Amino acid sequence: MTRFNAWNVFKNGLIGQTDWDRQWRDPEPKKEYDVIIIGGGLHGLATAYYLANNHNIHNIAVVEKGWIGGGNAGRNTTIIRSNYMMPGNHQFYEHSLKLWENLSHELNYNVMFSQRSHISLFHSPAARDAAARRYNIMSLNGTEAELWNLDQLKKNIPHLNYEDARFPIMGAAVQRRAGNARHDSVAWGYARAADQLGVDILQNCEVTGVKRNKGRIESLQTSRGEIKAKKIGFAVAGNTSRLWEMAELGNLPIETHKLQAFVTESIKPLLDQVVVYGVGGAHFYISQTDKGSMVFGGDLDWYKSYAQRGNLPIVQDSAEAAMAILPCLGRIRLIRHWAGVMDMTMDGSFFICKTPIENLYLNAGWNYGGFKASPASGWYFADLIATEQPHKYIQNHNLERFEKGINLDERGAGPDPKLHG
Amino acid sequence: MIRIKCPYCGERDHSEFTYGGDASIQYPSLDGTEKEWVEAIFFRKNIFGKQLETWHHASGCRMWLEVERSTKTHEIFSVKPCHPEMKKVLERKDSDAL
Repeated sequence: MTRFNAWNVFKNGLIGQTDWDRQWRDPEPKKEYDVIIIGGGLHGLATAYYLANNHNIHNIAVVEKGWIGGGNAGRNTTIIRSNYMMPGNHQFYEHSLKLWENLSHELNYNVMFSQRSHISLFHSPAARDAAARRYNIMSLNGTEAELWNLDQLKKNIPHLNYEDARFPIMGAAVQRRAGNARHDSVAWGYARAADQLGVDILQNCEVTGVKRNKGRIESLQTSRGEIKAKKIGFAVAGNTSRLWEMAELGNLPIETHKLQAFVTESIKPLLDQVVVYGVGGAHFYISQTDKGSMVFGGDLDWYKSYAQRGNLPIVQDSAEAAMAILPCLGRIRLIRHWAGVMDMTMDGSFFICKTPIENLYLNAGWNYGGFKASPASGWYFADLIATEQPHKYIQNHNLERFEKGINLDERGAGPDPKLHG
Repeated sequence: MIRIKCPYCGERDHSEFTYGGDASIQYPSLDGTEKEWVEAIFFRKNIFGKQLETWHHASGCRMWLEVERSTKTHEIFSVKPCHPEMKKVLERKDSDAL
């Protein structure tokens, strides 16, 4: 495998880019693997990479029904932050952010991680107090967090609507180390790095059946034949319930909802940060890509759905929210919008845990937060599969937390999945 | 846009409605076991395909409806009032005695 470095870039510049290898192999499935990860999204690929890199397990397959990076990996708004406050969640997302900070070097692949600040606006004294509480908890846990007053905000982002907004902007809660990254690069980077460590990435390989033998899974029926595995990990957020049912495991504390994202035509540099706006029922987050497009998103579509197809009322809602804080976008044209399906859980937090089947492990329930979580998700899921012991950060991220009353509900929204946006 | 045929108002855009959720949940009796309650409140079948769900016609007649809809295609198969007596009321003709 040709490494990406200055010399190879220079050399290939001279010889017409002819000396680059394939980024990852396209192997035929083996009969048996030590570990099979179902789902070739960011979480599945990261898990395979960390299993090989941290735990020295190399006989691994990642099976993906489509192509890698074609599911939610390519359907998000690429925001990375660690402004969580519940025990476990905070440490987990902070570790994820730290992994992001070194990810391009670790993978030898430029994931274009840009720590451009995450600016969460507030519009009332109560919202400011809630933000102060959250950001104080972050500070106490060692994550830098700031509250900006209106003057600081105006200096940094001059073109928000400070004039006649229905909900006047009062200030913002800021995490400077937050930002975003290039989503495709993350999938490709993890795939390439995992492949180098011996992981087989099996694309167009849909799991169609799970063959159980009492308390164990013996093999998986796939569109590319039957494959045996000693251990199996599910990392198919959005479709977790379907696989769960295939394994005859009953119900999950998950509903599948869809979330849309939007991209506009490219414009000159306008917005250097990720800006979040949430007031009066609106929920909106926006940033500008390196190509100049504005990328933004809003609320869920509100009803359960597995269709990766968004509805129009949300397009209107998001456009209204955009106009409320950035009226200068009024004449920009939307060029694409798309929807991804996500596991929305009963408390808005994820699952990395063991299951009632002894050789099956679950990684699911990423709600709105899957993209930023992917490095730590892979890290701790690999740790769980390799060591059989949940790390202390994820010891409550299991399916039993509801009956024990240890809900990890960041928003305090209660057991209604669609409210955990 | 999903179009829902409200039995009272007629066919309307789904943006007039609020989504309730899973209509198949059966809550246990008040002295039911903890396990039954945990199952009813926190665990869902999360059907891929045709499912029963509730919608509230919030910007219309404000009736709660039971809708059979596909989570795969968004196709709607049936709509009826949640309240079992409401069907009788809706089918009543003006000439019927109260």
